[in-house]
Amino acid sequence: MTVTPPAPAPEQEVVYERRARVYERAGGVLIPLAATVLAFLIGGLVVLITGHNPLTAYKAIFEGAGFNWFVPWVQGDERTEAARDLQQTLRVATPLMLTALAVAFAFRCGLFNIGGQGQYWLGFIGALWVGTHIHGLSRPLHVILGIAAGIALGALWGGIAGLLRATVGAHEVITTIMLNWIAIFGGVYLYEGGGPLQGSVAALPRSDVLDGSARLWIIWPAYLHAGFLIAIAALLVYYVILNRTTLGYEVRAVGFNPEAARYSGIGVRRSYFLALAISGAFAGLAGAVDVLGFKYSVDTSDFSTNFVGFTGIAVALLGRNKAIGIFFAAILFAALTTGTSSRQLDPDIFEPALATYLSTMIQALVIFFVGAEFLIVSVWGARRYLRARPAAREKPAL
Amino acid sequence: MSTEPVLLELKGITKRFPGVVANDGVEFDLKRGEVHALLGENGAGKSTLMNVLYGLYQPDEGEIRVNGKPAQIRSPKDAIDLGIGMVHQHFMLIPVMTVAENIVLASEPTHAGILLDYDAAVRRVEQIARTFKFAIDPRARVENIGVGQQQRVEILKALYRSADILILDEPTAVLTPQETKELFGILRSLTAEGMSVIFISHKLNEVLEIADRITVLRRGKTIETLPREGATQPQLAKLMVGREVLLRVDKKPAEPGDPLLVVENLSVLDERGLEAVKGVSFEVRAGEIVGIAGVDGNGQSELIDAITGLTKIQGGEIHVGTHDVTGDSARERLDEGVGHIPQDRQRRGLVLDFSLAENLGLHDFRKEPNSRYGFLFPARLVTWARRVLKAFDVRGGGPETLASALSGGNQQKVVIAREVERDPRVLIAGQPTRGLDVGAIEFVHRRLVEERDEGRAVLLVSLELEEILSLSDRILVIYEGRIVGEYGPDVTEEELGVAMTGGTREAAA
Repeated sequence: MTVTPPAPAPEQEVVYERRARVYERAGGVLIPLAATVLAFLIGGLVVLITGHNPLTAYKAIFEGAGFNWFVPWVQGDERTEAARDLQQTLRVATPLMLTALAVAFAFRCGLFNIGGQGQYWLGFIGALWVGTHIHGLSRPLHVILGIAAGIALGALWGGIAGLLRATVGAHEVITTIMLNWIAIFGGVYLYEGGGPLQGSVAALPRSDVLDGSARLWIIWPAYLHAGFLIAIAALLVYYVILNRTTLGYEVRAVGFNPEAARYSGIGVRRSYFLALAISGAFAGLAGAVDVLGFKYSVDTSDFSTNFVGFTGIAVALLGRNKAIGIFFAAILFAALTTGTSSRQLDPDIFEPALATYLSTMIQALVIFFVGAEFLIVSVWGARRYLRARPAAREKPAL
Repeated sequence: MSTEPVLLELKGITKRFPGVVANDGVEFDLKRGEVHALLGENGAGKSTLMNVLYGLYQPDEGEIRVNGKPAQIRSPKDAIDLGIGMVHQHFMLIPVMTVAENIVLASEPTHAGILLDYDAAVRRVEQIARTFKFAIDPRARVENIGVGQQQRVEILKALYRSADILILDEPTAVLTPQETKELFGILRSLTAEGMSVIFISHKLNEVLEIADRITVLRRGKTIETLPREGATQPQLAKLMVGREVLLRVDKKPAEPGDPLLVVENLSVLDERGLEAVKGVSFEVRAGEIVGIAGVDGNGQSELIDAITGLTKIQGGEIHVGTHDVTGDSARERLDEGVGHIPQDRQRRGLVLDFSLAENLGLHDFRKEPNSRYGFLFPARLVTWARRVLKAFDVRGGGPETLASALSGGNQQKVVIAREVERDPRVLIAGQPTRGLDVGAIEFVHRRLVEERDEGRAVLLVSLELEEILSLSDRILVIYEGRIVGEYGPDVTEEELGVAMTGGTREAAA
């Protein structure tokens, strides 16, 4: 029996415990938030240096992303326009949420899944094939089949990396990067002239357009498709798997301390495999909802211009691998993309070309500051940290 | 000793943290050429006091005097300038750099003011090492040398910066008994050269071996400063804990029943593919504690891993009760009734980032009512954990506190609670009291004896001979992967010591 002064009353202890948890959560929200604000401030400074007014530029991005739809006095044509912009923002956010989940889930198992991009393409190609090569199904069946194909192929692509990690110990960062390139060049091969899946127009390096019966329903005309709801459902599934299933418990145990997990008879290799396969399933789903939701076909040039899998890494980082965090981070990244796309931004306020760079820069700054959290904590709060920690340790019974 | 001048005085040091007084008017002084031990349980305020001295904290009240003059120590740099060096429990070394590079870091000898004069650094380090009789290779990379050597590098770092007061924070916690002996040798040559050492510890035997004077802290207060001469372990334990502590475990003679753990002709390879356990056979019966004594690295870890199913075996059989578990996985063995208190609770026994409830559920989260059809019910784990934590008197947090927030003793209680609550038939304890303070050790020992009396077969593997002797009903000595002797509980430490170093086998040969 450890001899310590009388422990605080149980109620008191519960209060401390709760308070500690509130602080922990607050820290989790505050740092990404501070990083975002800081990124916008520095971005604004750059805008200022280029001779523009940062406030008008940010207002234009805000409206370009359609957020003025939430402002009650925006009415009439302006409101219609805002609605359309917002739909696009949410449509862009949809695959970002899913590719971010692909990073987050693996991360909770202590793995770094860089392969979201490749897994996305596998899901995309699988769903597209179902949409272009299977005909005469009822719409719900066709859609479900397309999604299932996307999930399955994404899981396969992630699972390969998982299997390699589990069996021969090949590091997932290396294998997933390699699998990305296989997916990208494989995709180009499939749809280029003479490729096995090239569409009916022989001159064009692209696929056919998928059947109407395979398309996702539009839930908010004209742009927003049901994939957005699927992504939100996936966020919930992510939370439930992680926190409310034995599988998620194993994954977290392995992620935190593989050695202790092994001592408890948890199959560490099995967890690695499953985590990467499930991660791949999320990314594959992203590809599926993109193609079934609004892209409907693919051009070989898409393979070199689409980086949604990589952006997902940043979204997961900013969202701290939490479902709710990923939701907001994806919307932020999507808003920066749509808000600065040349179509939305008035060239008088900010040159469209520069605007795209601005949004990329802000995204990069956000990630930089989130990533620099340790740096900030150590520089800014080192003394406070030093004071607080041993205090907790020295505190007799708390 | 008392004629030596007082080098350092801490007078009435008080340091408050929100909700707790970590140091409450602490008095401490240090004379030239002495080892002064600061003894106290975890949380008694030892580290706080040393952090005050090293400039990491500012005291709320009190005075620090160095060489009779009041000193303001606002940062570690001030402390270093005053000749105070500190070796932390966790080393602050750069693994890829060599010993010499680490030591001269921040005040390197240079060529022309900019280039590191590596040879001069090496010479300087060699010179200091010679003065204080250190054995160390200045050109070795830190990542390639052992923990004991790394600690020497830390000490050398302080000496290089001309420290004449050395603070060692629980220096033996990471060392093997052999390395501890070597460290004590170094400390003796340091004090012979006029250095003074503050030795922080909660291990009574070490303090009695090395210290000239001992100051006991309890709950932030100085309880007493006494000379080593005449001090005894029970006396120190009482000062430390505040009540009589049973250093000897009180237990009835064993009443062994049927054999529950039978190991036959077991051979195990280690990580390098060498045979670490060579044809070992023994049995542990219900209601007895069998101790395995040996010097570290003689196959103990491999033996435990083999019995618990964490490593493949080369040959032999393992039975739990009448069931042959040789081919079973770790999980199947857990379910067969093998409980395991791992040697390294932080690395293997606990998931530090998990809550206590999650840690307690680590073996049984798959079973109802904790889960059903793959779905987990965290609230049920919490409710159950609340009861278990209370039963085992775990302090410092509730079911939802992270395991990392607990003290070592309480962490170990969580591990023991988890293993014992499953009602195992065989309980394997690997160094169950490593790094714990006196009060916690008493708890663990009492609990192990209780488990024995419950009719479990307890296998105790420990490097602490004292622990083996006070708990075991039978003692097996392991040497180079073989069981080289079996003894009753009345064997002397000397006999075991001879056997542990291979004496018996050579005598027989």
